[in-house]
Amino acid sequence: MAAATKNWRKQRTTGEIIFDVLIVILMCAICFITIYPIWYVIVNSFNDGADAMRGGIFWWPRVFSLENYKTVFKDSSILTAFGVTVLRTLVGTVLNVFFTAMVAYGLSKTRLIGRNFYLTMGIITMMFNGGLIPTFLLYKNLNLLDNFLVFVIPAMFSFYNAIIFMSFFREIPASLEESAEIDGANDFLIFLRIILPLSKPVLATIALFSGVYHWNDYFSGVIYINKPSLQPIQTYLYRMVAEAGSNQMAAQTADVVKSTTSMSLKLATMVVTTLPIVCVYPFLQKYFVKGMMIGAVKG
Amino acid sequence: MVSAPAKAERKSAHPKLQGLWKQRYLQLMVIPGIIWMFIFNYIPMVGIVIGFKNFKITKSIWEAPWVGFEHFAAFFQDESFGNIMVNTLGIALLKLLICFPLPILFAILLNELRSVKFKRVVQTISYLPHFLSWVVLGGIMITWLSDVGMINEILVGAGILKEPITFLAEPKYFWGLAVISDLWKEMGWSAIIYLAAISGIDQSMYEAATVDGANKIQKIWNITLPAIRGTIAIMFILAVSGIMNSNFDQIFILKNVLNAPRSEVIDTYVYQMGMRVGRYSYATAIGLFKSVVSMILLVIANFTTSKLQGSSLF
Repeated sequence: MAAATKNWRKQRTTGEIIFDVLIVILMCAICFITIYPIWYVIVNSFNDGADAMRGGIFWWPRVFSLENYKTVFKDSSILTAFGVTVLRTLVGTVLNVFFTAMVAYGLSKTRLIGRNFYLTMGIITMMFNGGLIPTFLLYKNLNLLDNFLVFVIPAMFSFYNAIIFMSFFREIPASLEESAEIDGANDFLIFLRIILPLSKPVLATIALFSGVYHWNDYFSGVIYINKPSLQPIQTYLYRMVAEAGSNQMAAQTADVVKSTTSMSLKLATMVVTTLPIVCVYPFLQKYFVKGMMIGAVKG
Repeated sequence: MVSAPAKAERKSAHPKLQGLWKQRYLQLMVIPGIIWMFIFNYIPMVGIVIGFKNFKITKSIWEAPWVGFEHFAAFFQDESFGNIMVNTLGIALLKLLICFPLPILFAILLNELRSVKFKRVVQTISYLPHFLSWVVLGGIMITWLSDVGMINEILVGAGILKEPITFLAEPKYFWGLAVISDLWKEMGWSAIIYLAAISGIDQSMYEAATVDGANKIQKIWNITLPAIRGTIAIMFILAVSGIMNSNFDQIFILKNVLNAPRSEVIDTYVYQMGMRVGRYSYATAIGLFKSVVSMILLVIANFTTSKLQGSSLF
């Protein structure tokens, strides 16, 4: 073993060693570029707001302060917005995963009468859609505007995710279902008791996709919601960012002290908004890598 | 559960109905999804008719008078039409040119790393930006690129710039910023598929090539790239068909009145006309125009790749 390793090491030419070193340097640079903007936000969010306005905080807080976070967690409109986001993420993800899985299980059975018709109907939805305005008018007619359900119902199903589910379900050995059938269980019970527990990897993948969508979506809040109490946190942040942006455009900000706090408050809100999802994804990595593959191959 | 006479009766019924009854639970699981698709996908498709009508929000769709292709003609004659098309296609083509090949290169180079642990760390880090919302990324960019932001601090400090530039207020920087931020956010995530394809390559091919004295570049060129050709082709078809779909979430947050000449794309224009100005029919017609062009692009891309390369989407 050691001899083999030695031998193999000898085979690396100088050119190859340079190649390897260059790749390592490049990858380190990519990691730095990826992490630094996030680090910058974190560092500045822990700095005193008025002091941060002077700039020059690149690596570490200059005047350390928790004031920004205290303000964020005291601000009732931010907390409400957080509540909306958490609620829509939980409800929306559970509904989406369960509903899509159920429909996809039915569609994965070749004995399903009308299957080709159903599948064609689904594929068309992936290639063509009504667009922004007809969708908006539909939601208006369904009384979904300024209604919490607008976040979860229209995001309840996705044919793309159904395809990922279907290709997973097809690989489950039929013998498992057959034995349950003999015991007299119907298709729904089989799905509930046998298929779902076996499908944890694909459930985790779709739950992650759906969860990320719900957590990060700001546009439905912009377009379908007027009530401040129903704004998700991303929409709230969008308004903060967009307003700050237009203030900047209006050149000189009149009230410097005020704008500093709003800037650091913005950064602290960003950190709090981003943190949960950043903490979750590394643990789901092995699942979503698989899910992405199926999606790409079959989609 | 079912009484005996009912059972006998069902046996005499049409065999197809009998089959349906047998799989009633299966059908009951699928049909809610079909109804959902009918309501949330197909009714808006029917709603496209307002693109051919003069729809007012106070009246129903059916009462609105037909106007044929008037809105389409109006869009083509609109003074901003040229600009919008140039921006939509320009940003998309730049992204296709840069954000499409770089993840492939990234995946290939990542695969060349010797340490499995290091590779895994880089991979995990590279997925991170995908999980950030565009609002957060847009917020970071607006902060950094402002006249008092970090980029100006560095450039002016280093003497590269004499005066600070408010980058997002200048139309000429918009395309570049859109491409760079998209690359930053999605490069690692887009590489997943290629990494998966690469990991499926038979290792003995590399060993044989080593015996034949091939160097790394030759191995990448002659083994890795041909092996993932099919994956690249399929991703390419998808990318081309998405050309008309600007990344709305991204453009919407980075766009402002000052950079509008280079940031207004079809999607933002549809939003502007429909939701802000209230020209519902006009906005719908523009949206339909976009969908139709996308469909044509998809078919062309699919046809071309299947001719050149044997992989196609359908």
